[in-house]
Amino acid sequence: MPRLTPALLLGLVLLGAVLLAAAVPDWLAPYDPLAFDFTALSAAPSAAHPFGTDQFGRDILSRTLHAARIDLQIALFCMVFPLLIGGLIGLLVGWYGGWIDAVFGRLVDLVVTFPFLVLVIFFVAVLGPGLVNVYIAVACVGWVPYAKLMRAEVLVQRQSDYVAAGRVLGYAMPRILLRHILPNACRPVLVYAVTDMALAILLGSSLGYLGLGAQPPTAEWGVLIADGKNFFTTAPWISLFPGVAIVLAGIGFSLTGDGLADLLAVKK
Amino acid sequence: MTALLTTTDLAMRFPGRHGLTDLLRGIPRPVVRALDGVSLDVRPGETLGIVGESGCGKSTLARCLVGLHRPNAGAVRYQGTDIATLRGSARQAFHRQVQMVFQDPYGSLNPLMSVGASLAEALAVHRIVPPADIPRRVQDLLDRVHLPATAANRYPHEFSGGQRQRIGIARALAVEPKIIVADEPVSALDVSVQAQIVNLLQELQTSLGLTLVFITHDLRLVRHLTHRVAVMYLGRIVELGPTEDVFASARHPYTQALLRAVPRLVPGQRSRDVAVRGELPSPLAPPPGCAFHPRCQRAEPDCAATVPALALREGHWPVACLQADRAIAHSSTIATSTPSV
Amino acid sequence: MTALLQIRDLTVTFATRHGAVHAVDGVSFAVGRGEVLGLVGESGSGKSVSLRAITRLLPDFARVSGQVAWQGEDVLAMSPERLRRLRGGQIGMVFQEPMSALNPVLPIGLQITESLIAHTDLDARARRARALELLDLVGIAAGPSRLSQFPHEFSGGMRQRAMIAIALAANPAVLLADEPTTALDVTIQDQILRLLRGLVDELGMALVLVTHDLGVIAETCDRVAVMYAGRLCETGDVAAVFARPRHAYTAALLQAMPGEGTRDRKLLTIPGQAPRLDAPAIGCAFAPRCALVRPICTTDRPVLQPVAPRQSSACHAAADLAA
Repeated sequence: MPRLTPALLLGLVLLGAVLLAAAVPDWLAPYDPLAFDFTALSAAPSAAHPFGTDQFGRDILSRTLHAARIDLQIALFCMVFPLLIGGLIGLLVGWYGGWIDAVFGRLVDLVVTFPFLVLVIFFVAVLGPGLVNVYIAVACVGWVPYAKLMRAEVLVQRQSDYVAAGRVLGYAMPRILLRHILPNACRPVLVYAVTDMALAILLGSSLGYLGLGAQPPTAEWGVLIADGKNFFTTAPWISLFPGVAIVLAGIGFSLTGDGLADLLAVKK
Repeated sequence: MTALLTTTDLAMRFPGRHGLTDLLRGIPRPVVRALDGVSLDVRPGETLGIVGESGCGKSTLARCLVGLHRPNAGAVRYQGTDIATLRGSARQAFHRQVQMVFQDPYGSLNPLMSVGASLAEALAVHRIVPPADIPRRVQDLLDRVHLPATAANRYPHEFSGGQRQRIGIARALAVEPKIIVADEPVSALDVSVQAQIVNLLQELQTSLGLTLVFITHDLRLVRHLTHRVAVMYLGRIVELGPTEDVFASARHPYTQALLRAVPRLVPGQRSRDVAVRGELPSPLAPPPGCAFHPRCQRAEPDCAATVPALALREGHWPVACLQADRAIAHSSTIATSTPSV
Repeated sequence: MTALLQIRDLTVTFATRHGAVHAVDGVSFAVGRGEVLGLVGESGSGKSVSLRAITRLLPDFARVSGQVAWQGEDVLAMSPERLRRLRGGQIGMVFQEPMSALNPVLPIGLQITESLIAHTDLDARARRARALELLDLVGIAAGPSRLSQFPHEFSGGMRQRAMIAIALAANPAVLLADEPTTALDVTIQDQILRLLRGLVDELGMALVLVTHDLGVIAETCDRVAVMYAGRLCETGDVAAVFARPRHAYTAALLQAMPGEGTRDRKLLTIPGQAPRLDAPAIGCAFAPRCALVRPICTTDRPVLQPVAPRQSSACHAAADLAA
């Protein structure tokens, strides 16, 4: 029974706001995000600039809105590639088991020994800064939780009688795996993916802040915070509003993920 | 009469739990002998009951019969061909002939597929009818198991346990099988619903000429439904005979105990005596010789040494008991001591 | 026979998100010393909920009304301290799943001793002697070595025996057993049922046995109460009810059972399925599935009334079933 809880509703509203900003930033933003305005350098929030301006006079509101698109893209790509790679690995490992499973177990042990961020930074440091390299690094490291989740679900589904029924009906292995097991096994993985996007936004902005992700002058929330770090005592709004945007987007993804999990758990 | 499906000396072993400490102590990996030398035949048109308590191997046998398990030794033959050797289209053909109905009506249907889609898939994979005729055939199948036509568009969670079991039967029927192996198909259902499914299976058997292998722990159902019955204990068949005869004068002490243990529906017949003492032995460490001898009142010293083969032993149906021929002398007392179920 | 336990008009309603569920609806029965009462019904009939309501074991969102009288004392109004002494003291309980009812990390002996500490003033030596005596009583051989074993070292049947031993520790006057043999194999079920029956005859206890199996009732019970959709259909002596059921549901249930005489004929089926409990029927709850249904059945709720000596039925067709 689908139930729209207040938490899920709030999550969807926040997510909707981010999506809207990402879809049509030009309609919402009052200024060009890259336009310098030397008449209003580091201006405090006012009617003309509700979020203030940075040291070059760029409108923070416009930059924050425009950054939504790039941050959403980061969230999406940092989720999609690990999801696809991890999902496929988990599906095959769960289905075949045996020595493949043993190798997989050791590989997972190896990857989880290092903190996630440290590994990503290592990969980006080797490949060089930039968003594409961030996606590659995250894909190399981030598939692990997806593969573990998928493997565990496939193991459960593989034992179920409807899979046995498919085998007794002589269905070919790809059909059983893709038409029967996959749709039933991917639910918790997809729920995790939505929550994972909250972490991906944090990751993207962390790397942007460190100068490893999106490169200036691109408007990205982490980059925006980094822009303001030297002026934090004199013009805190430069960093503050992009920070609030990160928090709200993160909460949006988290609440939506949790709500989705409850929603899907009821159906049985 | 040639048998449709036969098993010869079927053995199935599963590895037991074996921890690291067991490994270090040099304890060998334990093995569960789920099936140990099971030979039986399924004759065309009959209902064969396979009955026994937990751990007797009846479900493992069912899964071997439909090709879900590959036995460690022995063979399952369908019309003379070892099914382990079947590949490609021959294996597809086997699966079309031998279908299964499962115990758990909640787990045996894909929760994300509508009933119509589940049935249509079976029809399409085996090209039972041209694609254009599939919706009509789905309706026919639903009608056959007495479900409304609207059921096709609904999902498994919208149905009760009994209705789901009907859907499972319809899916098995979709490929027009000769044999249906039903593994405890009604034990998850309430009595009033159970009767509906039992009647349905019986009705389908007569109208379609199906052969039915009915696996259950419920002796009342065996008596009601089956022509022949195989009684299993700890991975072996201990008695295999015509149902009426076995119920009237069981020859194996275990069958006799089982029949005595079933609660009768007639009050006032209770006795204080227990049908059989002792526990079911662990399948990890079965007793030597006849597995039933530690609980058996008629056990002689040789019962602990020799594994009795399933043989006629001067009777009309085979039994795996060394004392069976000796028991003929007082078979009349057995007949009276075997109460009706 | 004086009733030890008297239940009058017991009603249990569960408040859920989707409205009230009427699990038990006006159930009355009594049980006396040396008597075995069977409470039988299909899933959702309210038999287990009724049993749990007696010792107030239901969760907080259950609303219980009616009367549960323990030797004249109102159980539903008891103080927590008095209730604690009643449970496990005068009233013992046995559940379906011994593995979840026993504490997996404590040896069996300790679990028996705990009950003895709570309900008796025996010293340590006497407690051990009593524990051994109890194991012997329930047919667990080699008591001393068994006392130090853990539940997982026991087989299913032995665990159920151990749970019965714990329930018997304080010499209860009534034993409440909720499907005690449903999880067991038939030869083990037979042993446990005969053990319970023997204990009742020997110790003069009263036993309330909840089951879905009419065979278990016929073999073990003196009296039976048949439940459907939270209501009592029929009560009476087992012999009378099985020989001549006077409620359409009881009659149909007995005829739906496969058995000796049913070969070569179809089983009688009860069409449809059990009703939903969130909207109780105005008339008889069984009316929509009943073969003997008449207009009055859908409008007037039948009341349980005597139909024969020691037999009561709540069925508008009771008179017809007598024929």
